[in-house]
Amino acid sequence: MYCDRCGEPGTHPECTAARELEPPRYCPDCRRRMKVQVVPTGWTATCVEHGDRHG
Amino acid sequence: MPEILDHARTRVLDDGAGLDEAGILEVLRLPDEDLPELLQLAHDVRMKWCGPEVEVEGIVSLKTGGCPEDCHFCSQSGLFASPVRAVWLDIPSLVEAAKQTAATGATEFCIVAAVRGPDKRLMDQMRAGVRAIREAVDIQVAASLGMLTKEQVDELAEMGVHRYNHNLETCRSYFPNVVTTHSWEERWSTLTMVRESGMEVCCGGILGMGETLEQRAEFAAQLAELDPHEVPLNFLTPRPGTPFGDRPVVEGRDALRAIAAFRLAMPRTILRYAGGREITLGDLGTRDGLLGGINAMIVGNYLTTLGRPATADLELLKDLKMPVKSLSATF
Ligand code: SF4
Ligand SMILES: [Zn+2]
Ligand SMILES: [Zn+2]
Repeated sequence: MYCDRCGEPGTHPECTAARELEPPRYCPDCRRRMKVQVVPTGWTATCVEHGDRHG
Repeated sequence: MPEILDHARTRVLDDGAGLDEAGILEVLRLPDEDLPELLQLAHDVRMKWCGPEVEVEGIVSLKTGGCPEDCHFCSQSGLFASPVRAVWLDIPSLVEAAKQTAATGATEFCIVAAVRGPDKRLMDQMRAGVRAIREAVDIQVAASLGMLTKEQVDELAEMGVHRYNHNLETCRSYFPNVVTTHSWEERWSTLTMVRESGMEVCCGGILGMGETLEQRAEFAAQLAELDPHEVPLNFLTPRPGTPFGDRPVVEGRDALRAIAAFRLAMPRTILRYAGGREITLGDLGTRDGLLGGINAMIVGNYLTTLGRPATADLELLKDLKMPVKSLSATF
């Protein structure tokens, strides 16, 4: 598992806190940078290999 | 009462004229103990010259990331090692975002693209997008697409874009520390063309990028000279991978002093909370700013970062007995 904010292995308290006001940027399964679209009420993050995540 | 507040009471509150640069600087330098009085005065000015309504807006990114410019605060520049990837929003999703925004009671929907200026593809997308929104949603459409040519200004006005956002970001003297790929003057020239076209001018910037208090005052005075319809005020949220990624966030009390100072510089403008308030001010500070000169807000998420839920802000406005500006009031 990779941190979905910074892409490094594991989880990081600083990243977890920041994620409250940010969508994920890295796929937690493969650490690829995801394509992320933010809209007023949510976000979609897409990994070419692992598909869509929503928030 | 500090002399500068006495002076502001007469000049700004009574006469509706803005403070000059020296006066703004004095306000930015007021000690903490004078902050409540300063905020009250800025609030009185806003109530007298703008009224109690709050203009609510939603924003969305039509084209995210991969920008050729080097604005040092921006996670969408393609020149930094930022994790933000380039992506386009399709028209149905754009219309959906406008619908969601209108459902909050917002009257403004701003379409933003991370570009130096629009190319044909972007202008075509805008044309199709604005048309689709106008057919489906009762909301005013604004745009922020970087630097424009005269032809593009006219095209956007003709599409029905009623307000154009182009931030100067910071004062003229500090701008070269923030952006090197284009100049403050180039931005100013787009703003001049927008004004001449009849579209409303929206122009603000970001505080906390390393500018001095003198430069913050300079910025407010330069905005006052431009006299925009709306001023969106952002506080830097340091973005990973950008040159400003390690900067400290603005202290809450400094942010409130700046909000009040900008209001005293521009008594009649729509002064909008934009990005960064969640981190810089938190919930309590957000309330203080709305009682200290702010009369507009972006609700919901931003372009690449998230805001607090629109419902939380709307609750707050209800609590403060500040009505959301309606569409009928904006025509
Ligand atoms: S022009 Fe806009 S999108 Fe591009 S780097 Fe500057 S602020 Fe970011
Ligand atoms: Zn991390
Ligand atoms: Zn993946």
